[in-house]
Amino acid sequence: MLILHCPCCGVDADETDLHAGGEAHLKRHGPGSSDEAFEEYLFMRENPKGVHFERWRHAYGCGKWFLAARCTNTLEVFGTYSAQTLEPPQDIKDAISAKRPGWVWREFT
Amino acid sequence: MSNAISAVQARVAPGEVTIREDGLRGMIILRGDLASKKLRNICKSVTGVAVPAQGQVDVTGGKGLCWMSPDELLVLVPYAEAAQALDAIDKAFSGEHYLAENVSDARALIHVEGAFAREVMAKLAPVDLHPDSFKPGDFRRTRLAQAAAAFWMRDEDTFEVICFRSVAEYVFGLLAQSAKEGPVGYFTKA
Repeated sequence: MLILHCPCCGVDADETDLHAGGEAHLKRHGPGSSDEAFEEYLFMRENPKGVHFERWRHAYGCGKWFLAARCTNTLEVFGTYSAQTLEPPQDIKDAISAKRPGWVWREFT
Repeated sequence: MSNAISAVQARVAPGEVTIREDGLRGMIILRGDLASKKLRNICKSVTGVAVPAQGQVDVTGGKGLCWMSPDELLVLVPYAEAAQALDAIDKAFSGEHYLAENVSDARALIHVEGAFAREVMAKLAPVDLHPDSFKPGDFRRTRLAQAAAAFWMRDEDTFEVICFRSVAEYVFGLLAQSAKEGPVGYFTKA
């Protein structure tokens, strides 16, 4: 069972309190963008065995969105952080590097 | 005018742990900037208590405030005073962004009273309810089995549960069954 710490209300929420929101850090491409960029935005997703970044919503709790860094292989959670950010904060990156040296996820390392 | 009645009409399921519906209670959802001076002042004047810290609740004598999310409070007042309290809140916020709505008739309030109330709740909610982790004054929004609910402890042996009126029958049944099944004996009191 996955337990994530909600950075918005500060509780450790059980998976059943949460709603998964898919991949984090997507860059939106809308009208005016190239077909390739729009396709990438709409359909192309990471499917890693290992470090992954996801959006979660604390649906039964405070109702806020947040982001989580975790390992899809071991279900280990490296940390959760605010959704109001364009890239994972340094302390999250450091926490991952300590456990998974040399990790790469999209443009983040 | 029609007479307002509560969701399960103050039903009681007596036992070692008694489940009792509170009856009608005034509840106002208030969204806004919780750090705002206007919000803090009006909450204090309506309920007599200060805005609680994150994840906390402060209820005394039927009036109080629950911390629902970083931008949301639940204001508790006696049922008859809800409309008046809402008026006061609307007046106080002139010029500031906020949302206040009287949800008294959309919610139900149920008490869980007795020696193993903690275990009655722990069987239903995915929450760490160990006496070291969840204490009187803590407030938690979560689910009870399949329904959304929020609860806090009035004292060591009493929980107060808020749920949507539409699922009050279900939540009351859940709590009553959980109480009837008896204690698990997992939480030992020191």
